[in-house]
Amino acid sequence: MLMQEMASVSFQPTTNCGPPGICDYLWLVPAVPIIASGVIGLLKQQKRRTAATLAIGSLSFSLVLALVAFVHVVAGWTHGVAVRETVNFTWIQFGASNVDLGWVLDPLSAVMLAMVTLVGLLIFIYSIGYMAHDENYTRFFCFLSLFAGAMLGVVIANSMLLFFMGWELVGLTSYLLIGFWYQKPAAAAAAKKAFLTTRVGDVFFLLGIVWLFAQTGTLLFYNNGAGSIEHGALAALLAQPAALGLSAAGAIGLLIFAGAAGKSGQFPLHVWLPDAMEGPTPVSALIHAATMVAAGVYLIARVYPLMQAGALAGGTTTPLTVVTWVGAFTAVFAALIAVAQNDIKRILAYSTISQLGYMMAGLGMGGVAVGMFHLITHAFFKALLFMGAGSVIHGCHEEQDVRRMGGLRADMPLTFLTYAIGMLALCGFPLLFSGFWSKDGILEAAQHWSVAKTPFYMLVFGALLTAFYMTRQVGYVFFGTWRGKKPARESPAVITAPLTILAFFAMALGLIGTPAWPWFRGFIESRAVPFEWHGFMEPGLLALMGTSTVMVFLGLGLGWRLYGGQAPKPEQPDVLEKALPLPWAWLRDRLYIDELYGFTVIAFYGWWARVADWLDRRVWGGVVAGVAWAFRGWAHFSRFLDMNWVDGSFDKGCEELASGGGLLSRVQNGRVQTYLRILAFSVVALVAILIWSSLP
Amino acid sequence: MSGFPVLTLLTVLPLAGAAVALIAGKHARGVAIITTGVSLALAIYVWTQLPANGAIGLVERAAWAPSLGIEYHLGVDGLGALMVVLSAIVTLMSVDAAHRVHHQPGLYFGLVLVLESGLFGSFTALNFFHWFLFWELSLIPAFFLIKLWGGARRGPAATQFFVYTMAGSVALLVAFLAVFLSTGSMDFDRLTFLASTGELERLVTAHLGPVMLWLAIGVLAGFAVKVPMIPFHTWLPAAYAEAPSPVTMLLTGAMSKMGVYGLLRIAIPLFGPQIAQIRTPLLVLAVATVVMGAWAAAAQKDLKRVFAYLSVNHLGYCLLGIFALAVPAVGAGAQASQAAALNGVILQMFNHGITAAALFWFVAILQQRTGGHRGIDDFGGLRKPAPVLAGLMGIALFSSLGLPGLNGFVGEFLIFRGVFPLAWVSATVSLLGLLVTAAVILTVIQKVFNGPVPEHCVGFPDLHHGEKLALAPVIGLMLLVGLLPQLIVDSVNPTVVNLLAHWRF
Repeated sequence: MLMQEMASVSFQPTTNCGPPGICDYLWLVPAVPIIASGVIGLLKQQKRRTAATLAIGSLSFSLVLALVAFVHVVAGWTHGVAVRETVNFTWIQFGASNVDLGWVLDPLSAVMLAMVTLVGLLIFIYSIGYMAHDENYTRFFCFLSLFAGAMLGVVIANSMLLFFMGWELVGLTSYLLIGFWYQKPAAAAAAKKAFLTTRVGDVFFLLGIVWLFAQTGTLLFYNNGAGSIEHGALAALLAQPAALGLSAAGAIGLLIFAGAAGKSGQFPLHVWLPDAMEGPTPVSALIHAATMVAAGVYLIARVYPLMQAGALAGGTTTPLTVVTWVGAFTAVFAALIAVAQNDIKRILAYSTISQLGYMMAGLGMGGVAVGMFHLITHAFFKALLFMGAGSVIHGCHEEQDVRRMGGLRADMPLTFLTYAIGMLALCGFPLLFSGFWSKDGILEAAQHWSVAKTPFYMLVFGALLTAFYMTRQVGYVFFGTWRGKKPARESPAVITAPLTILAFFAMALGLIGTPAWPWFRGFIESRAVPFEWHGFMEPGLLALMGTSTVMVFLGLGLGWRLYGGQAPKPEQPDVLEKALPLPWAWLRDRLYIDELYGFTVIAFYGWWARVADWLDRRVWGGVVAGVAWAFRGWAHFSRFLDMNWVDGSFDKGCEELASGGGLLSRVQNGRVQTYLRILAFSVVALVAILIWSSLP
Repeated sequence: MSGFPVLTLLTVLPLAGAAVALIAGKHARGVAIITTGVSLALAIYVWTQLPANGAIGLVERAAWAPSLGIEYHLGVDGLGALMVVLSAIVTLMSVDAAHRVHHQPGLYFGLVLVLESGLFGSFTALNFFHWFLFWELSLIPAFFLIKLWGGARRGPAATQFFVYTMAGSVALLVAFLAVFLSTGSMDFDRLTFLASTGELERLVTAHLGPVMLWLAIGVLAGFAVKVPMIPFHTWLPAAYAEAPSPVTMLLTGAMSKMGVYGLLRIAIPLFGPQIAQIRTPLLVLAVATVVMGAWAAAAQKDLKRVFAYLSVNHLGYCLLGIFALAVPAVGAGAQASQAAALNGVILQMFNHGITAAALFWFVAILQQRTGGHRGIDDFGGLRKPAPVLAGLMGIALFSSLGLPGLNGFVGEFLIFRGVFPLAWVSATVSLLGLLVTAAVILTVIQKVFNGPVPEHCVGFPDLHHGEKLALAPVIGLMLLVGLLPQLIVDSVNPTVVNLLAHWRF
């Protein structure tokens, strides 16, 4: 029966792509950069231009294809069609079941594809300038292309497994790029820490995948109603109790979130992201701000039907509640730490952790569109900020300590202007900047959350902190007077041009997510959105916008008051440090989370390794030694017996075999003969017993 | 039955090569390369000739000593043929890696070829008598190779190896004699059939009393030593570390598979209900093998011991899959899980063989270049002087780590897919193994390849063309299996279905 079923399995892809069949070719979007990466990997190190051309050319191709796909989905939507085209195929067959892979084109993947290829391309171009003097320039573009391909694979995946494969591959490239300057021990350690911390989440994620696969029989997200996050499978998962009052759907949702939390730097798995700043700045911008760290958020958005399964109207589910609380806590927690950091990139890293917390909270309380909108706007303005920071670091001769900068608005005007736009977008400065609209979407959802109001207050407080730490940073870097050694200089156009383009998006993207015209939300949710001014007039909305505006101004004002005029010199304590020395020290030392892990997890790892080794050497080894001793005793006892038995031919044969003079003596001294004798004895015994037992 | 006795040729060919190598003096390596190359071609030919329904094919049968139940009976299915191919690849790799044998090269390569013959014999034999001969006889060349070309501390290593393997073999032998006395047969096919109907247990109990469980334990012990399963493993780190690296490649790449193969060909088919009965303690030991193997690797300072323990860890996943599937399957869901686990186990056997052999090959390369150094702290920053070596060894290390896209992942994924529904606690605890393995491997990369270059590593030569050419196919194979595992599963899955249909728990 099984055999017949097996024979019927076809390895041909099944597609439901509508005309003009763009979805059929969607695999090229990740494949072309990956192939380019392979080619670059085989190039000689001196072929710098070829490497950069290949990387940028391949990603440009992906961008064009992604935009075509995006337009295709938008066109479908404007005609009232909710586009969801998939191509699925069987990868492995076991028994009568399959491991399926596939890709999907829907609004979610389309918007993410467009963002990743666009931001990615700008960062690739920026890298030409930033990495110009690096000896491993070629390898840099090899890794960067591989990253882009893997990330795009994550984005288009319609299979849990393909998603995971891309997910691990971006983890690998992140590892390689954090450790790009591998000769610096700190970079090598940070790379390892990043990989292992995210892998903690990944093993839970893998468990969730395996569970989901076993329960639903499929790895596909969407498969014409038979996918694992479509109605039929979800109903079955909900009916299956797991433990602690959770259904299988709830338990799997939590496991998947553990994976997402690792990749997206959510507390308590956030510790790797600040250290990841050891990598070159374009890497920080691309991987650790705009794309890879957002992959966790994207994962939750992708499996949202599963996370939401079982929720009543207006209600929530255990996984979504957990997502919300973890997100909200992370948002405030990381923003607090960001206040007391002095490394320009570390401030941004904690800011990224905090903003990822906002996205998670937005997903948990407001749904896919709310979280994803912040993901998209954040990708642009945070990439802008990182690349601006890179420009500053470059201009200041690789200095990263904000206390050794100052007054750069005059030396680096273009960098300053674009950085200020990014900073205001991050702070959520009202009306003009995208961050305002996307963050307010989250706050609005928090205000209406049915479970608790605390996350709302936390996120509002986080908004104040965000404005404050960014003003502090900008005050240190761009205002006051120069406190460094060599004077700073503006970066070349290959660096500033991408900044300008990103700055445009950091402002303009807000237009597609205002309450009057929530284009983005309509697109993601595939429903029509007319332009209506009275969208602003929803009860409470203006009050909310007012509240968040007050918070932003409070943060900006406080920051300006403390750091706007003249920031303290490098050797002087920070203004806040003088006022609040103890809390400052805690925040500066990142609330001792790393130390806590050092005392617990890492100490346990080392201790348990020694236990394992000791068990091996002493306990098991001791038993063996005892047995060996007993055997030896027995061997001496029966020595003459088997001397008379099996003496001649076998031993002699062995001796002749090893007839080299030096060898011979070594063999004779060893236990070889004993061994061979017993071996020969057992064969003879076998035959003897057989003959004896088969006699009539 | 009819046709050319290709399996006999496969087994005899390396023996003939060994005879030539013994007298070939310093040309012995050339002889060995040609022999192993032809063997590989033959093994691949065998692989392509498998019957599509997963049954045993290429059967050769001849009466030998019928009154004793001894028959010359050879044949392969997807499992056996894959192991034959793996043995051929690993032996070729080992001979490739061993180009610095100045001491008695004729004897060395002769022994390697005898070992290859032993491997082929034991993976194709379908009668206990000559299966056991090959099983034991493959140990002799391995033993001499360790003993004569091994490192400084081979004495204690030999003691452990000796005690363990003998104890295991004696247990196996006794168990099989009991089976023979009860049934009058030593034929795997026949005994599997008897076991699948429950007749075997009835016969044994009628002849010898209620000893089936003890026989099962004896057989399991024999294989547990070979795989190895904790706590029957302590011979392994010493033996792997003290053997010359190319020999370690053979030990871990091919010989360790004899144990897993024995579990699948003999222990599970004949003693399914008994193994199901003691499944829980066996699962505990399998999980211990996965987790403690990885953790013990974390404590090692010698690269060869690190990789030795990682081998224990990786074969632990095979044990986990095998013991987890040893339950009466109720319903299609459980059957799918069993099929996933068994496919995963067989893939893992192949993948571990390739990857572990490659890792020890890289250790051999490191040793050659530094006058025998192989401590984890003996190197540093090698990415700078030897970028190609770092890249290729990095791929092998990440394959061992189980990175998707490389071969190691596929088997582990299918094993976890199969094990989780059948034994979720074991699967969950084993995830720790994945984490610890990653930590160990990244530490190796960090210490060997990253950081500043110490003075004695400054002029470290990168791979030369010959080495690149030799290693490229291996790395290519890792990628190929990682991306297109169906290439292997195509022939393995029918066998899996066939085996599961004949097993009774």
